[in-house]
Amino acid sequence: MKLIKILCCSLAFTLLLSACGSNAPEDDGASSDQSVDESSSSATTAGTGEAGDISSTSVDEGGGALSTVFYFDYDRSTLTYETRQALDQHAEKLKDSARIIRLEGHADDRGTREYNLALGERRAKSVSDYLVLQGVSRSQIETISYGEEKPVAFGQNEQAYSLNRRVEIK
Amino acid sequence: MSIKNNLLLFVMGMCSLAVSAAELTIEINQGQDNPTAIAVVPFAAGRLSLPENVVPIVNSNLKRSGLFEPLPREDMLSQPHERKDVFFRDWNALDVEFLLIGQIKRAAEQRLEIQFELFDVVKKKRVFVEKISGAEAQLRDMAHIISDKVYEQVTGVLGAFNTRIVYVSAASREEKRLNFRLMRADADGAREKLMLESEEPILSPAWSPDAKEVAYVSFESGRPAIYRQNVATGERDKLTNFRGLNSAPAWSPDGKKMAMVLSKDGSPDIYVMDLASKQLKRLTRNSAIDTEPGWSPDGQSIIFTSDRGRKPQIYKVTLATGLIERLTFEGDYNARATMRHDGNGLIMVHRREGLFHIAELDFKTERTTVLTRTSLDESPSLAPNDSMIIYATQQNRRGILAAVSVDGNVKYILPATNRDVREPAWSPLLSK
Repeated sequence: MKLIKILCCSLAFTLLLSACGSNAPEDDGASSDQSVDESSSSATTAGTGEAGDISSTSVDEGGGALSTVFYFDYDRSTLTYETRQALDQHAEKLKDSARIIRLEGHADDRGTREYNLALGERRAKSVSDYLVLQGVSRSQIETISYGEEKPVAFGQNEQAYSLNRRVEIK
Repeated sequence: MSIKNNLLLFVMGMCSLAVSAAELTIEINQGQDNPTAIAVVPFAAGRLSLPENVVPIVNSNLKRSGLFEPLPREDMLSQPHERKDVFFRDWNALDVEFLLIGQIKRAAEQRLEIQFELFDVVKKKRVFVEKISGAEAQLRDMAHIISDKVYEQVTGVLGAFNTRIVYVSAASREEKRLNFRLMRADADGAREKLMLESEEPILSPAWSPDAKEVAYVSFESGRPAIYRQNVATGERDKLTNFRGLNSAPAWSPDGKKMAMVLSKDGSPDIYVMDLASKQLKRLTRNSAIDTEPGWSPDGQSIIFTSDRGRKPQIYKVTLATGLIERLTFEGDYNARATMRHDGNGLIMVHRREGLFHIAELDFKTERTTVLTRTSLDESPSLAPNDSMIIYATQQNRRGILAAVSVDGNVKYILPATNRDVREPAWSPLLSK
């Protein structure tokens, strides 16, 4: 249990230990695939490491704050009236620019992970389809689903659930 | 894989990669009503200094199965190591039904030989005597194999102690930082090793049928991709990174194909990849969510979750005909099904009264039985002998692994220490 505390206190130290400090028997050789390599990430990874931060729910692009996070009902991908209004404004701006946006779909943590990945994608696509209907080029939109893997709120209550069922424009 | 990754692998390969702090421990909460009383006498080891103590590992395995109640050492009236020293009355007096004794000897440099004998105390006869040998570093594996032999002999069912689990552990919410690890350990949670670490999600680990490889989904490149990784060497291959979902890989029983979920052609559908040619075959084609494929043991059909009927239910597609039929009708949420290896039923996530449990659907009786009392249960994975199911649940607002027997009678948990643990996958039997 003491080692566990070390793990809490100093991750760097733990990583060092885990890399070289083992005297556990090696029956079949260590499997080691430390693949997290920033340089191998494509350009699309920018900024995703800080997901979980919802302080940036609005952007100021000269003309007032525009919502960039849209919420959904349980097991649904239907856009609310407010979401559609905000998306109309996004669409107007996107039509006049070459900007590529990334729509990240999320789900609350009830239900299975793979099903929630599909649900997050369905929500992102729902936003994407709406933007395309408003005249945005499909080539400007990239969608990705994180399912329930990147929650912004924790706890087993409706408030946390509703904050997590979302699509973020990045 | 990039050259840089290869270099990193090479460097990391030179030292071992066990994670220093154990993430899993075991707590047994419930066993069978009438477990078999067994006494495992500490094995004679002379003056050998051994890295592991075999008997406690065997006792813990047998106890965890819920089918055995090992006698505490201090209650033993005698501690024989050879047949000639076994007096059945000593064990009869203690109501012991089976007795296991053994001796550990050095066979060669760094190699050990264990002779072990099982006695039926009630019938007053020796059941078997066997020898097993291996490297000193494999002492724990040998303890698992001995446990399997005893379990098989007494219960008539193949043992599954000499198996592994893989699972995903994630930094807890207190850490304010995303970190995901793909871990593997012995089935009892011992000897944890890191297989992959990332700041982006890792999901859906699945074993190859020869237990040499694990497939999984990693978001490390900023998008989901399916990889297959050699467990021993860490070498890996990226199988897919299509636009959209790349999800839920499942190896076919013959190891030649992989079922997966892709949404490159629209909504999430089930595909099968021929692993040699990487050719894809699309199995489902509709606007609903189709996900979580699992193979029937004969490899002739694939079960999957679909919300084509508005709510997630389990369906089956027969590969030869493409015919799709619905399997679950009880409840409004049935998902992530896995077929029993004997083909008699399936294990799944089932919602009842708003809570997510692990349940079994028996194909003969067509009855759905809830096996767990915990809620928020997910990711059930069956032991290769169909005895136990390992799954993920929550305890004190933290993700932990738990296990339940297929009859619901035996339960234990593997509480994690300081991380969220989820998505366990139980390996096939390791080749001996």
